Amino acid sequence: MAGKTLYDKLWEAHLVTQREDGSALIYIDRQIIHEVTSPQAFEGLRLAGRQPWRTSASVATIDHNVPTTPFKSAADIADDTSRIQVQTLQDNTREFGITEFGIGDVRQGIVHVMAPEQGAVVPGMTVVCGDSHTSTNGALACLAHGIGTSEVEHVLATQTLVAKKMNNMRVSVEGELGPGVTAKDVVLHIIGVIGTAGGTGYALEFAGSAMRSLSMEGRMTVCNMAIEAGARAGMVAVDDVTIDYVKGRPFAPKGADWDKAEAYWRTLVSDADARFDEEVNIDAADIKPQVSWGTSPEMVVPVDANLPDPAAESDEVKRSGMTRAYEYMGLTPGMPVTDIKVDRVFIGSCTNSRIEDLRAAAEVAKGRQKAGSVKQVLVVPGSGLVKQQAEKEGLDKVFVAAGFEWREPGCSMCLAMNPDRLEAGEHCASTSNRNFEGRQGNGGRTHLVSPAMAAAAAVAGHFVDIRELDQA
Amino acid sequence: MEKFVRHDGLVAPLDRANVDTDQIIPKQFLKSIKRTGFGPNLFDEWRYLDEGFPGQDNSSRPLNKDFVLNLPAYQGASVLITRRNFGCGSSREHAPWALMDFGFKAIIAPSFADIFYNNCFKNGLLPIVLSEDNVEALFQAVHGKEGYRITIDLEGQQVIPETGAPLPFEIDEFRKHCLLNGLDEIGLTLNEAEAIRAYEKGRMEREPWVFADH
Ligand code: SF4
Repeated sequence: MAGKTLYDKLWEAHLVTQREDGSALIYIDRQIIHEVTSPQAFEGLRLAGRQPWRTSASVATIDHNVPTTPFKSAADIADDTSRIQVQTLQDNTREFGITEFGIGDVRQGIVHVMAPEQGAVVPGMTVVCGDSHTSTNGALACLAHGIGTSEVEHVLATQTLVAKKMNNMRVSVEGELGPGVTAKDVVLHIIGVIGTAGGTGYALEFAGSAMRSLSMEGRMTVCNMAIEAGARAGMVAVDDVTIDYVKGRPFAPKGADWDKAEAYWRTLVSDADARFDEEVNIDAADIKPQVSWGTSPEMVVPVDANLPDPAAESDEVKRSGMTRAYEYMGLTPGMPVTDIKVDRVFIGSCTNSRIEDLRAAAEVAKGRQKAGSVKQVLVVPGSGLVKQQAEKEGLDKVFVAAGFEWREPGCSMCLAMNPDRLEAGEHCASTSNRNFEGRQGNGGRTHLVSPAMAAAAAVAGHFVDIRELDQA
Repeated sequence: MEKFVRHDGLVAPLDRANVDTDQIIPKQFLKSIKRTGFGPNLFDEWRYLDEGFPGQDNSSRPLNKDFVLNLPAYQGASVLITRRNFGCGSSREHAPWALMDFGFKAIIAPSFADIFYNNCFKNGLLPIVLSEDNVEALFQAVHGKEGYRITIDLEGQQVIPETGAPLPFEIDEFRKHCLLNGLDEIGLTLNEAEAIRAYEKGRMEREPWVFADH
């Protein structure tokens, strides 16, 4: 019999009942809750007179529409609807007895930064959240994926989900990453190769020596964008990096439990003879620093390239998508990526707002100045704890000296639900994960890049090859 | 949830691939704490010429007259045909809520993004996958005749166009059963509470840390 993949193992360990029609009931260990996709779920519980199945399974925080300027209470949030959501989450978590890291709590932050940081997510768990970037948590060898609000309610009420087993896909990146090439470039490159729907229906395991060489933060960046390749869940197998990361975190097992846990977690790897339905192999040496040029994450090119010509695209649907993207982005085919000027820069989001990301950006910013043509550079840490750590290292001072703005934790300009946003027509070098039309503000034009590339664009006023900046 | 058995409706063609959830319902409208009222802001950035905000009177906003849902021919449409990877992007259930609130009962495309596909069923909206060729043929038929209608027969798993042969489609048995009977999934799952408790007991012994209080 063929061996099992990591996903097979996680699936089997959580199977409650298998139905004849192929659907199954799977147990959910951890639910992360935020203010935008939960109000209707709590309302549903109340209307049906139901209670949460197990309150200790849930942990909540506010992130999507909190301001990133200091505020002390919900009453300080100027936007009425944002304030109501923040307040509603507070009321709901209190009513149902769920832990919330709310306003003023140093643990507050973006859901997918907060949960691993607290050890609220550990290997072997099933993790869900009403947010598609829940795949981030798969970096810890979890089965983690986004769900809709009806499912949030279903998990609250039953601690299970009705699911169907996905197919297995493995993307292996072998070899050594070149200088200036980060986890973000790896995942953008992967999406460029397999496309935004390439992973649809699959659980995606990221493997290979280049993946193993990444820190936990880097692996989270990669898994974060699994959904941008169409895969609901991305994951990386357990190794020493995983174990070292989890050890000592507030929610992590301690004492004898720790030893038992570690022994089990070490088994959370795909067997050598496991069979994958789909395999993609990528040579690490082929990956260069990436910049997205269009309105879908698969519209991405290396920084030293020229923008692609739609006429050369044989697929008609893709070609018309490209033409539309050029129109929206105000760019022309064939122009060098480095000629694209940026108006604003955003360093943050659940993709790239962890301490390592801020260090990479600060390294570029150090001793340099924001270009005069750049209107604003926002640096938004992923959580209160990341912010604290960065300030301990003096990174905030580096950013401020370079003319960047140092903000409070939250999702911020990743989706512009709070006051941080682009004006129509502005180009933004952004470390976030989605470059859809209007994502960062109506008419705004997003270019996805790594933190170092974003900082370099802030300094130069246009995209630059970080590898050349290194030599400067 | 409302039952879905059979539906006959006017078809609107949205000729775009990779329509993402930010397009279906822009984020400023996610701030509502209700499930209804999203219809007027469906495809907001494409439907209107100005920028929309929640709580506004949409009837006085300037319309983008070229956008398909604003064309007189498609007023009252309840079936949307579109291109591949519809509903990609975020997990927001506001996307199916907005489509339903607008009046759509079914979406036909060559493929859908996973989370969106899933979310549709929870709300009684039927996503139907047909081959690229069949979708293309429907686009041509709709463009060829004003007022083109389609009948969807969920029981028989087929789309019956005004012209041409019925087109069979696949659907998961459990989901079909829930839609046909308008069943509440949470109630169904709670019928299995015993099995869930038994499972939990085993896990608590093997991985007690998962169940720790905090
Ligand atoms: S940072 Fe962006 S992608 Fe991440 S959870 Fe927040 S809004 Fe979603």
